[in-house]
Amino acid sequence: MHGTRILDEADRLMTVCNSCRYCEGLCAVFPAMEMRRAFSDGDLNYLANLCHACGACYVDCQFSPPHEFNVNVPKTLAIARAESYAAYAWPRVLSVTFARNGLVISIVAALSMAAFILGFVALTDRSVLFGVHTGPGAFYKLMPHNAMAALFSAAFLYAILALVMSVRAFWRDIGDPIGGRADGGSLLQAIRDAGELRYLHGGGVGCYNEDDRPTDRRKLHHHLTSYGFLLCFAATSVATLYHYLLGREAPYPWWDLPVVLGTLGGVGLIAGPIGLFVAKMRRAPELLDQERYGMDVGFIVMLFLTGATGLALLLLRETAAMGPLLALHLGAVFALFITMPYGKFVHGLYRFAALVRYAQERRTEST
Amino acid sequence: MGSKYDVLVIGGGNAALCAAIAARRGGASVLVLEGAPKFYRGGNTRHTRNMRCAHDAATEILTGPYTEDEFWKDLLVVTGGQTDEELARHMIRESKDILNWIVEQGVRWQPSLGGTLSLGRTNSFFLGGGRAMLNALYLTAERLGVAVEYDAEVTDLVIEDGMFLAARVKRPIDGETEIRAISLVAAAGGFEANIEWLKEHWGEAADNFLIRGTPYNRGSILKMLLERGVQEVGDPTQCHAVAIDARAPKFDGGIITRHDSVVFGIVVNKHAQRFYDEGEDIWPKRYAIWGRLVAAQPDQIAYIIFDSTVVTSFMPTLFPPIAGRTVAELAGKLTLDPAALERTIADFNAAVRPGTFDHTILDDCRTEGITPPKTHWARRIETPPYLAYPVRPGITFTYLGTRVNKEARMLMKDGRSSANMFAAGEIMAGNVLGKGYAAGIGMTIGSVFGRIAGREAAKHARN
Repeated sequence: MHGTRILDEADRLMTVCNSCRYCEGLCAVFPAMEMRRAFSDGDLNYLANLCHACGACYVDCQFSPPHEFNVNVPKTLAIARAESYAAYAWPRVLSVTFARNGLVISIVAALSMAAFILGFVALTDRSVLFGVHTGPGAFYKLMPHNAMAALFSAAFLYAILALVMSVRAFWRDIGDPIGGRADGGSLLQAIRDAGELRYLHGGGVGCYNEDDRPTDRRKLHHHLTSYGFLLCFAATSVATLYHYLLGREAPYPWWDLPVVLGTLGGVGLIAGPIGLFVAKMRRAPELLDQERYGMDVGFIVMLFLTGATGLALLLLRETAAMGPLLALHLGAVFALFITMPYGKFVHGLYRFAALVRYAQERRTEST
Repeated sequence: MGSKYDVLVIGGGNAALCAAIAARRGGASVLVLEGAPKFYRGGNTRHTRNMRCAHDAATEILTGPYTEDEFWKDLLVVTGGQTDEELARHMIRESKDILNWIVEQGVRWQPSLGGTLSLGRTNSFFLGGGRAMLNALYLTAERLGVAVEYDAEVTDLVIEDGMFLAARVKRPIDGETEIRAISLVAAAGGFEANIEWLKEHWGEAADNFLIRGTPYNRGSILKMLLERGVQEVGDPTQCHAVAIDARAPKFDGGIITRHDSVVFGIVVNKHAQRFYDEGEDIWPKRYAIWGRLVAAQPDQIAYIIFDSTVVTSFMPTLFPPIAGRTVAELAGKLTLDPAALERTIADFNAAVRPGTFDHTILDDCRTEGITPPKTHWARRIETPPYLAYPVRPGITFTYLGTRVNKEARMLMKDGRSSANMFAAGEIMAGNVLGKGYAAGIGMTIGSVFGRIAGREAAKHARN
């Protein structure tokens, strides 16, 4: 017996799958399963986070419903995966945030932050908010750079701390020896596997979405989203270096590196999340963890808002709309940061940790 | 209201789809009638995993060459010579090209993974298994414009003087209809799921058989063809039977109900008596004989008995072993006579001679002075908990079929060949495989003769 009903079901399925093994060529989950005969909670959480939900094993399984063995690995592992996010959340008391509707949490957080910043500015001088500001330092007329930096550093550092603590707890549960470090080779392998979404390929033909015709759309939209996010992050990092090392103040001209990175990233963060959202709406319901719809959609919306407000700010920064748009954008980014440890964002980290663990196991086995 | 196609394919498995695709590629209009609902489409192909093809060199999916000659010798051994040499050699020759042709139809082979799976030299594994293979064939067939109907039960075949005219079909929605076609490909499997038919040859024992594959393999097309003048081939009492877990469902338990632990223990019947040499031969021969052996035991039940030292030596099983701290306790759980089981195990243990255990070869661990002996891998059963799997005969497929020639054209009872009827897959497997089995041959028969049947059926239709 396991800690939860879904882990009991995952255990039952792994017993069925381990006595069949037809799927072992499809992704990492099944070879990882084959290295075990019994499954601890940690093992099941590891396998759940190794699963990319491509759906191939469901479509290929001779025992999927309506067969009486009722084997639905993608859905079962999707639920187990979502429950694992809450199980490893730090601090523990905040794991309840996963049970709530992610969309509501995110939007409320985004709007409250926007309101907060709007209020902050409005208190000092109302005309500033709706004025036209151009040239270096224009943004800081609304909010002093130091205040902005302090607020966002605090949010960012908190998010990093919470995420590190969560992943640490996850790693301890799935790895052995306890607290063992990942070696460089396994890390590199995992970076490659995560970077190309190796296991979101249905064994080579693509992902199963609305029916049994596989496509690579979901992989493409996921790439747009995650690389868009990374580009935006890079834009912010470069801008920070500009500010502190070169003394160059935002806004920067359109051809300058932070703006180019941010623009590309912003486009990704608009196109990718829309694609993922459409894919989610269309996906065959038997493959989906519908209970966690809110969390997934909430994260998608947060990323979309970040990209959309960022690009709107770029386009309209020389007009009177700049003030409100800056507030909205900063609000969205702030909310994204503080909700990161308590939403779908963590899936990337847990998946990466699971991939590292898998690479490690493969290396150990082959030596 | 009827409709007319160039080629009508009855059946929905590997052979049927290969025929449909080949016929469509040959320019024919094609309808596939699958008697099962969509989920259960494909008959026993759903449960298969690999295909045996001849090839001259190692590839990324095969570890070494497997020559036509070697394939032929293997076939000769498993069938004990009950094979049509001309057809068999033709199939083996064609199998070389099938390795690539099947990939062109969208089927993917599993690349080497290392780890626990050792890829074979002789057999190629479908990536994702048999259902993945079927899914790929169906997608290709649909893309090419092959029409497919599910839940389409063929109730009658109109055949005149060896010539197919029409099929009557019962559909769930619009009822009975007649479908005419210029050529027919029958690829509708065997009759292993038809317990009544099995009883004609096995008697009441067949009630205790479990059917490993789909409940839709009832042999109705085979029966109609034989009744309408097609020449039969193969022995109706022959079927591929392995020992599977007695707790498996009556139908469609598939691969995961098998047991490969016989070699690590002993097998007793309901009287707690051993009845055959558990160490006679190595995989896969030892695997394929146990279905028949158990079928010959009272109530068609037997128990594989072993101890806790060997549980990780074989594949994990779907159903856990039944355990007892003592032999008597285990016997109680199996409803065997405790004293009888204790005596059988004591006698066996006393007869075990020391040796060096190696389950990959015919080793020197054997018994002396008991009947039946265990000639290899005999080790004492003495470390509790004592464990057991109950097993029953699991029927995989039957051998009775329609006789065909090299064009996959059916032969009539009078010796003439049919003008427009072709057969492929299990329904004609008995031509090549009179008895016995070697892994992956069923799929070879299906793909090779399916492709030939489709091609020839289209050629006939377009003439």
